[in-house]
Amino acid sequence: MLHGLWQLTWLEIKIFVREPLGVIGTVAVPVVFFVALGKMFSGRLNTAVADGPRVVTVDLPILASILISLSAVLSLVTIVSIYRESGILKRLRATPLRPYTILSAHVIVKLLLTAVTLAATVLIGRRYYPIDSDVPLAAFALALLFSTLSILSIGFLIASVVPTARFAQPIGSLILYPMLGLSGLFVPLDTLPPMLQTVARMLPLTYAVSLLRGIWHGEGWQAHASDTAVLALVFLVCTALSTKVFRWE
Amino acid sequence: MPPQPVVHVAAIRKTYGATLAVDEISFDVSSVLGLDPRRDAYALQNRIGVQLQEAQLQKRIKVREAVALWASLFKQTVDGNRLLEQLGLSDKRDAWFMTLSGGQKQRLFIALALINDPELVFLDELTTGLDPQARRAIWDLVRGIRARGKTVVMTTHLMEEAERLCDRVAIIDHGRVVDIGTPGELVLRHCPERTVFVTADAPDAGAHFRDLPGIISVADDGPHITIVGSGADLVTQVIGCLAEHRIRVIDFRTEVPTLEDVFLRLTGHSIRD
Repeated sequence: MLHGLWQLTWLEIKIFVREPLGVIGTVAVPVVFFVALGKMFSGRLNTAVADGPRVVTVDLPILASILISLSAVLSLVTIVSIYRESGILKRLRATPLRPYTILSAHVIVKLLLTAVTLAATVLIGRRYYPIDSDVPLAAFALALLFSTLSILSIGFLIASVVPTARFAQPIGSLILYPMLGLSGLFVPLDTLPPMLQTVARMLPLTYAVSLLRGIWHGEGWQAHASDTAVLALVFLVCTALSTKVFRWE
Repeated sequence: MPPQPVVHVAAIRKTYGATLAVDEISFDVSSVLGLDPRRDAYALQNRIGVQLQEAQLQKRIKVREAVALWASLFKQTVDGNRLLEQLGLSDKRDAWFMTLSGGQKQRLFIALALINDPELVFLDELTTGLDPQARRAIWDLVRGIRARGKTVVMTTHLMEEAERLCDRVAIIDHGRVVDIGTPGELVLRHCPERTVFVTADAPDAGAHFRDLPGIISVADDGPHITIVGSGADLVTQVIGCLAEHRIRVIDFRTEVPTLEDVFLRLTGHSIRD
């Protein structure tokens, strides 16, 4: 059914690693950035904020996870549009490769990349990211995978309709980064004006942040059933829509 | 009863901007290699090969990786190394796609189209942008495919290519099929005239040819005579006439129309897009 998926995935990984700028931008820069950030805020991470001015409430591990997954999504959007614009998709499509095999290969590469970047950040920055032993890492990884898939599906929808590769990155950023600002990561939702709160509730990233934050702080999945449901819904709707509107050339 | 068509194409049109590429062409496809192209699309893909115009691959994919990926996708494959060798790409096996020249990319795409030893191959402008050596090599390859009993469907702007490789040729102009037939049939049908150039050692030799059957014109420029006539017998008759009148011939040359002449006659001489 997914004939050729592993060959293609492995090939895409090799091709990715051959481009030094891509590796530096996608893996090295985030690792350095978040390790440096961790060093700056070292020790003051999740405690000082509670009675602070309540403007910037950043959970660094969650910010890191979300940003790294967003950058993977953006790079997916760019890659798909480059592949389409230059005729690579067209050529691959005229083989026994199923369309969803081609797209799945890219999703797997991006997920692996996200995992590698996060693992590197955690390993290199473990002095500054004091991960309590009671943080349920496995559940958090699952929640992150779930959120990333959901955001990836938004990325795919963008990639399906963006006309040229030149616009892919800016349009993707324009859609994804404002969502981050209203996601409740920097400013608590209940301090926003009512209208912005309504907007925030309509953005999928808000639910991803809520889910990730909850799981990180040891809350159960039941407490975040609605977050999970919304993310699943976003995934299903965006995937279904992209299969309808996806352009191969 | 003829088999029920599985693909019915009625008055298909395709435009690129203001240019009409296909104008209401209609045809039925009963089956392709005994398969229904809609229902058995993936089974069919195993048995056909496609080379697309203006296709690309990943910039940093190696030639041998592309061949290996393609080979992994099909049930049956030919030896990729041998194919690369035939196409003169052996020393480029480890080169990235982005470093290949236009001709090398084209040859790689032809290798990919042939990797599954297809029974039916579609080649879209296969030698566009290739140098004469590469073009000959690819022509030989296509002849080889043909000789093994496979079917090749190709499009080309090079009439020489069509004439050398194709059993049947369809000429398309302004999106319509103008005529279809073997290259020989097309030439005979649309450009039946032959031209014979004779340089004779006699001052008034031209007059002898005017009464031959099928003569269209005889132009007399001193010793140089240009004889235009129609029919396959023209050359024989001119030779017979020269012998009969014991005319000493200094030079003798014939011109038989080619598919290019047919194309120009059918589509007009003005430059088009």
